[in-house]
Amino acid sequence: MKTQLWRVAPKFATYAAAAIFALAMASPGHAQSGPIKIGVIAEAQAVAGSSIPQAAQLAADEINASGGVNGQKIEIVSYDNHSSAAESVRAFQRAANEDHVNAVIASYISEVVLALEPWTGRLKTVMVTPGAASDVITQNIAKDYDHLKYTFHGYLTSTSIADLVCAAAKDLLATQLHLKSTVVMSEDAAWTTPLDAEYLKCLPEAGLKVLDHIRLSPDTTDFTPIFNKIEGQKPDVILTGISHVGVQPTVQWKQQEVPIPMFGISSQATNSSFWNDTNGAVEGVLYQAVSGPDVAVTPKTLPFVNAFKTKFGNFPSYAGYTAYDEVYYIADAIKRAGSTDPDKLVTAMEQTDWIGTIGRIQFKGKDTGNPHALKVGPDTITGLMLQWQNGKQVNLWPEKLANGKMKFPSFIKVGSAQ
Amino acid sequence: MLFWQILIDGFAVGSLYALGAMGFALIFGVSGVLNLSHGALMVAAVVAAWAAGNDLHVGPYAGAAIGVLVGLVASLVTYFAVVRPLQNSQKIREDEKEIFILTATLLWGIMIQELIAYFYTNNAKTVSPIVGGVINIAGVRTPANELFTAIVCWIVIGVLWLLVNRTRAGKAVLAASMNPRGVTLLGIELPQIYIAVWAIYGVLIGVAGVLLGMFLGVSSYSVGPLTASAFSIVVLGGLGSVSGALIAAYVVGYLETMTAYLISPAYRTIPALLLLVVVMYVRPRGLLGRR
Repeated sequence: MKTQLWRVAPKFATYAAAAIFALAMASPGHAQSGPIKIGVIAEAQAVAGSSIPQAAQLAADEINASGGVNGQKIEIVSYDNHSSAAESVRAFQRAANEDHVNAVIASYISEVVLALEPWTGRLKTVMVTPGAASDVITQNIAKDYDHLKYTFHGYLTSTSIADLVCAAAKDLLATQLHLKSTVVMSEDAAWTTPLDAEYLKCLPEAGLKVLDHIRLSPDTTDFTPIFNKIEGQKPDVILTGISHVGVQPTVQWKQQEVPIPMFGISSQATNSSFWNDTNGAVEGVLYQAVSGPDVAVTPKTLPFVNAFKTKFGNFPSYAGYTAYDEVYYIADAIKRAGSTDPDKLVTAMEQTDWIGTIGRIQFKGKDTGNPHALKVGPDTITGLMLQWQNGKQVNLWPEKLANGKMKFPSFIKVGSAQ
Repeated sequence: MLFWQILIDGFAVGSLYALGAMGFALIFGVSGVLNLSHGALMVAAVVAAWAAGNDLHVGPYAGAAIGVLVGLVASLVTYFAVVRPLQNSQKIREDEKEIFILTATLLWGIMIQELIAYFYTNNAKTVSPIVGGVINIAGVRTPANELFTAIVCWIVIGVLWLLVNRTRAGKAVLAASMNPRGVTLLGIELPQIYIAVWAIYGVLIGVAGVLLGMFLGVSSYSVGPLTASAFSIVVLGGLGSVSGALIAAYVVGYLETMTAYLISPAYRTIPALLLLVVVMYVRPRGLLGRR
């Protein structure tokens, strides 16, 4: 037994040394002469997620066609996470350790991004999310900046979204339609916890009294009892916070002819395919978004939408716009940093000032409560409030970008509760 | 008001469950196959009806017909490509065949689910309803489509009852569910009965799927819950008992609806599952089970 061990030990030591060497070589941040690699981890099977790798590829193609970054081409490496946090973590590890990506664009699901966040620090790899919303992502960065500074929130935080919805609600609902009360209806998920908290705070300030607050399970298939309960409370409007669910509540709202308008966040309604998915039941639904198919938020918006439509045959989802911008500003940061070193890249990313498709991209600073969250406001991102009308997504707010007027299907009794 | 609401909604949901679960019970009763691809086949029918409306731009009737047809074809493909080769295999021991078929149908269901998600995304789909508008029943604003769902379910259940009890082929199916060996002694070929049963099953899940798609909508995520609900209804009703499945479907439908209205929609499925556990303890063969 002893002799056998002696025979094996040196061999084992050699393997171990080789493995350690390989691991050392694999650690990210080494200067590379090949292309700049951006990993894209997304939900290829979901409408919102499927636009992410497509938009990223489109941006990379455009950048490469105009000469690349510092002479290097950009290569997109895509991973389908099947909407699973566990698969996302494995993909992230593979992206960083095996595929040696220089940055990662990941997911529209907050739970997934929260699972990936600690790994950005462990593997020192910059990650930007194009669609998750939970405020906790950036709150975590505030608590442990040194480890989590590699995470950037490339989409609005839930609190910011709620504030934008309230701003639109004040103009469109309280001032224009003289509506006075609402029931908040949101899905039970990580992103809606801060959203609801802010809704409950900002809606009364916008002039809408909150009569009730309903959190529904994302597994709900029959929404009749929920609409029934809401109707019993006689609100003027239903304030939504839904993303994982969308088709079913919308179709049932129409089918049951619930006479109360729906207004707020309905992420799936941002997809151009939503009209077909709901067989037109979405008519009259108002939803917040950072972009819309025919709205020139910035001079870059419509050229992107057209290029995307030409290449992929459909309009991008909301996370498509942000993913497209992200490739550009990551490339811009690498250019300014003159390196793909993760720490230098973080510093450069923090100084981002980029006009993208959804507005002007700037990140909040290290000393705020939400470092690396997007700045929101008239100078940066204002968001939109759109309404589905006759199969089209019509923008109603802010007024300077509006291309239509608010109107509702006949079963809606606007302000009937008053 | 709430009473009527629960009565109407529970009836629609129960009818839909009944239609879905009866086919499942029939297949088990006749051939001993627990088809775990049940939910996937239903979702396939819904997605087909949806795609026919959206991609081929056909009307609601044609869309529904295409959905039912896809349910039928998917059911027969399941039988010929997945179940029959295992039933006829010489390499698998007789007593192991059930577990092989169980696993194979489960995998087959996952394959269908992934294919649907790949080609049509995992976002929910709804079928364009044949009837629109709402009807006021005892003060409850009821979608006409909900009533339509319940009526069509009962027509199909009625036709199935006539088929099984009033036709020769139906009687052979009934006989086969009671004693397969006896039927073969009468000179009736079991494989033919199997094909007939899988065809009936295909139509049932096709209709149930399309109605579900019109009433509530489904996504590729619905595959598991649909199989699970059919499975628990059939176990509750008594494995293999079609009338037991019918009763159990209404028990589950009303229990779920009452929970959703009176407690919270989030706990909708829990009491029915608890009931299943209790029935398993007190009466393992289910409400009307023979085995």
